[in-house]
Amino acid sequence: MDWPQILATLGIAMLLVIPTGKYICRVINGSKTCFDPVLDRIDGFIYKVSGIKQAEMDWKQYVIALLLTNLVMTLLVYLVFRMQHLLFLNPNSIKAMEPSLAFNTAISFITNTNLQDYSGEWGLSYVSQMVAITFLMFTSAATGFAAAAAFIRGMVGKSKTLGNFFVDVTRLTTRIFMPLAIIVTLILVWQGVPQTLAPNQTVTTIEGKLQDIPLGPVASLVSIKHLGTNGGGFFGGNSAHPFENPTPLTNLLQILSMLLLPTSLVYAFGLMLNDKKQAWTIFAAMALLLAMALPACYFAEKMGNPLLAKSGLSQTMGNMEGKEVRFGIAESALFTTVTTACTTGSVNNMHDSLTPLGGLTALWQMMINVVFGGKGVGFMNMMMYAILTVFLCGLMVGRTPEFLGKKIEGREIKLIAIAILVHPFVILISSMIALLTPAGLAGISNPGFHGLSQVIYQFTSAAANNGSGFEGLADNTAFWNISAGLVMFSGRYISIIALLAVVSSLAVKKAVPVSIGTFRTDNPLFMGVLCAVVIIIGALTFFPAIALGPIAEHLTLWR
Amino acid sequence: MSKHPQKGIDRAILRKAFRDSFIKLDPRYLIKNPVMFVVEIGFVITLYLTFFPASFNEQGRQMGLYNGIVSVILLITVLFANFAEAVAEGRGKAQAESLKKTRKDTKAKLFDQNGQFTIVNSSTIKKDDIVLVETGDIIPNDGEVIEGLAFVDESAITGESAPVMKEAGGDFSSVTGGTKVTSDWLKIRITAIPGESFLERMISLVEGATRQKTPNEISLTMVLVSLTMIFLVVIVALYPMATYAGVKIPVATLIALLVCLIPTTIGGLLSAIGIAGMDRVTRFNVIAMSGKAVEACGDVDVMILDKTGTITYGNRLAAEFIPVGKHSLENLARFSLIASLQDDTPEGRSVVDLANQQGVKVDEAEYRSAEFIEFTGQTRMSGTNLPNGAQVRKGAGDAIKQLVTERGGTIPGDLNTVIERISKAGGTPLVVSVDQEVFGVIYLKDTIKPGLIDRFNRLRAIGIKTVMCTGDNPLTAATIAREAGVDEFVAECKPEQKIDVIKKEQAQGKLVAMTGDGTNDAPALAQADVGLAMNSGTVAAKEAANMVDLDSDPTKILEVVEIGKQLLITRGSLTTFSIANDVAKYFAIIPAMFTVVIPQMNAINIMGLATPQSAILSALIFNALIIPALIPIAMRGVKYQPMSAQRILARNMLIYGLGGVLVPFFGIKLIDLAINPLLKLLNMG
Repeated sequence: MDWPQILATLGIAMLLVIPTGKYICRVINGSKTCFDPVLDRIDGFIYKVSGIKQAEMDWKQYVIALLLTNLVMTLLVYLVFRMQHLLFLNPNSIKAMEPSLAFNTAISFITNTNLQDYSGEWGLSYVSQMVAITFLMFTSAATGFAAAAAFIRGMVGKSKTLGNFFVDVTRLTTRIFMPLAIIVTLILVWQGVPQTLAPNQTVTTIEGKLQDIPLGPVASLVSIKHLGTNGGGFFGGNSAHPFENPTPLTNLLQILSMLLLPTSLVYAFGLMLNDKKQAWTIFAAMALLLAMALPACYFAEKMGNPLLAKSGLSQTMGNMEGKEVRFGIAESALFTTVTTACTTGSVNNMHDSLTPLGGLTALWQMMINVVFGGKGVGFMNMMMYAILTVFLCGLMVGRTPEFLGKKIEGREIKLIAIAILVHPFVILISSMIALLTPAGLAGISNPGFHGLSQVIYQFTSAAANNGSGFEGLADNTAFWNISAGLVMFSGRYISIIALLAVVSSLAVKKAVPVSIGTFRTDNPLFMGVLCAVVIIIGALTFFPAIALGPIAEHLTLWR
Repeated sequence: MSKHPQKGIDRAILRKAFRDSFIKLDPRYLIKNPVMFVVEIGFVITLYLTFFPASFNEQGRQMGLYNGIVSVILLITVLFANFAEAVAEGRGKAQAESLKKTRKDTKAKLFDQNGQFTIVNSSTIKKDDIVLVETGDIIPNDGEVIEGLAFVDESAITGESAPVMKEAGGDFSSVTGGTKVTSDWLKIRITAIPGESFLERMISLVEGATRQKTPNEISLTMVLVSLTMIFLVVIVALYPMATYAGVKIPVATLIALLVCLIPTTIGGLLSAIGIAGMDRVTRFNVIAMSGKAVEACGDVDVMILDKTGTITYGNRLAAEFIPVGKHSLENLARFSLIASLQDDTPEGRSVVDLANQQGVKVDEAEYRSAEFIEFTGQTRMSGTNLPNGAQVRKGAGDAIKQLVTERGGTIPGDLNTVIERISKAGGTPLVVSVDQEVFGVIYLKDTIKPGLIDRFNRLRAIGIKTVMCTGDNPLTAATIAREAGVDEFVAECKPEQKIDVIKKEQAQGKLVAMTGDGTNDAPALAQADVGLAMNSGTVAAKEAANMVDLDSDPTKILEVVEIGKQLLITRGSLTTFSIANDVAKYFAIIPAMFTVVIPQMNAINIMGLATPQSAILSALIFNALIIPALIPIAMRGVKYQPMSAQRILARNMLIYGLGGVLVPFFGIKLIDLAINPLLKLLNMG
């Protein structure tokens, strides 16, 4: 039953793409929707209260608005974490967060990463969970999506401006994230996810011992956690925790929530561009990369662990270490693949306990960082690779390369180069520093190849703004909090700035008419070349690290 | 193709290139090529480690020797790249040398205010000076004829030995410095500043001294530098990672891996490709003012062509015999032939050709002696009086009609219809009569140059639209356009209107190329993205254009477009090849680095390379050898055939992409088989 349930899940996700894409396109374009009578008033009220003028912005204004808004939110949230013991709604008497952890957590959530060096049930008060964490889950998702909207407008190139950041964030929140989050929350509550402000319950277990049962406003956080591809759990156990993900239905719902907006955005891009074939080509490239990772992860886990088999533990179910029995290998492998593809980072199984190759597929998807991806940013990354591919292909057909009718010239290539360099740079350099400093080495819980994987995974997850972790890493130390914080920051903003600069420079160019001398970017050939470029660049960049980490671990494990 | 003596790559060029590849090792020069500069730094480090192998506490057998071998291969890699560039430059330099010989210091006859001339050194001649040149004189600098008429030998520049006529005013008034007057005299106003003459610019262009990177070359260098930076970080980060995993990697091995990964193949060949591309243009006897112009040619979407001179010969040639009355086609052809045998005008020769084509034969000797009646403005006819007394004539319709009527003949009823039809189609009717009989009409028409239809098809295959500009009426224009296979035409177009045609296309985002020669073409040449001026044309036209065709053949633009495309394709293909190569190099080097400590890593040694050192050296040697192996492709350019971009992409991806992945697997394995025994002898196995 493994593959039918995996394929059924992906099938349902596919069915949602077109209708959701159409709706997203309307929201981004500002066209009419049936919710306008109500939502226009709400938006109008928000604009009025916050003094938003709704003027069109060029790319610099857009980026500045984005950065300043993010900065202000980060500072506010940092203060909430630091002062949570003084604030209301703290029935469990949680103490103030330590500065480096607060720094890490604030950056982690503003960047949509949701790397958690704390456990929610012991580290955050309810006000932090709601006002800081859940709030940023909405705004960081909306920020990424707004950046993607601006990016698409530039790509379409109808005007020289990229839209208004504040309007985008408002509309995306009130028209997409809010309504969807409310629906998903209600379903989660129905399935048994807690949504309460009551304090933790202390109960006597069957063994006669006392146990604390943590509670809180969980469902509202978990819904946006997946819809916004945030991934930070209410509890340390994330979506493996029975209160966050109690049933197969909630598991299905969470996987679909992760996939819904990143996949639909690609279709929305096609609608805005008025070229659906182009969008499906990009979509197919992403889907193909996902289709390579998913079976790899599944079969790696299904093979089990030979060491455990040797010590007499049956591995017929596969590698069940760190997995929930209610999900099994199929649902765990699917969740892992989707959460690292969509840069969500929530987990329903322990990634540290994945087989070396299973962990490698998760790591790989974050390294390439283009498979659907988190809110908007994964799409932008894929388009970045598309432009690079166009550059190489364009030369190969003997014309100055053009993408969607716009010539790709020195300035764009320079910016694309910056965007492409950031990801491997921050991952490799930070890993190197961690391995060269005692403070970094102190965090590694499994020395050897797996320890190396832990370090690389941590920074890859941070750079890709994914947020999942090889949780064996003892990362709540000043070194790991600060280093990961900086990596998340660079991974998020540098590429957004560079890519918005790219499209703004494309937007002002005159479109070159398509002729038979222009090669098409909307067919299987281009899709294949695009995938090859992504894989080759990814493989060339990370192969040594992968070889010494997961591959060496796998080879020595199976010798 | 060129009238210049074909200079292949001869021994002299190779010898000079060999010497130059060492001179180019100078880091101050090499830093312009960041990829090869990194290799040179690697060479310096490994060279140091050859003599001081213990600097990094590395243990291993024969470390010094190993480091030495790596450093030698790195040096050879840089030399190969330098050699490629030097060979590419070689041909241009040789050509420049021969041009420089014509720039001898000569005397010039300079006029003063009083109209007297004094003999001065030609290097002292300034702009706007007026000089006299007479038979045997070398024209001191570029200028414009203001008085006189003379024949000038321009072979020094164009290679064409037949002298060309120059006269004041019109399109033949420009003269080039360094050319020689062969008859008569000219008074010339100098238009060039000393040192900036056409000849001097040409020398510096073919020499490559003023070569600037083209826009696409800059973008590509950007990509190559980013890749180099990524791999630098990969290698730097690998060291602590490996150390953590318990593997100590020798520094020389890290450098070897770095050099294998950075795009040395394309980095080493990039400038050679650019220089060779320009050189190919030069060998077509076209002088491109910049590499940018050649590159822009590859992007051209629309080509504006003059009808007369470019598409058609401009002369009206016989295209068809149309009999009238009861006369047969064969008879008409035969008498047309007889009337034209001694007619040496292009029209006359074309009638002979057409008749011969149609299989009509007469005994030429018999008619050669017959009396030939020349065409005059009064009679408006020509012909032959046969020995038997018959008078064969061909000429303008009304002239022949009058002649026939005078002699008592009758005009066939269908003659006027035929004449009218030909005139309407833009042709010229030539009526043929024998005595008082009208036999029919020769249809003279503007004839399309041979091979053009095929060329336009090639252009269409690569998506370039052709627009024909002509002063003809729309009807004639349409006929020619249809026959030549151009996509669009502009009829009744004055030269000044071409600029509007160009602007209209450019407004749609298209890149426009055009050719021109006259002064009134200059604004259009300047407006066009690619302007090819004829060397025979005016100074203004030549200055406005970004390319000058020394042979003054307007159809050359088609070749230049293909060269421009080929230039980009070569760069793109070799880049793809270079990057694709890295896959195999990883599979050689990564297991080699780690198997000593992690024996299981041998599982990814899929090529089954003998020993770690042999694997690393094989990859490095392959990396070096591939550069000279690809020099011929870099010089000649990737094979280019006109077809849709889609098919070109698929083809090149298959050859250079997939081939780039596969070739090194075999290459490295072969090198490994070859060097392993040697390494064993050196006790390194």
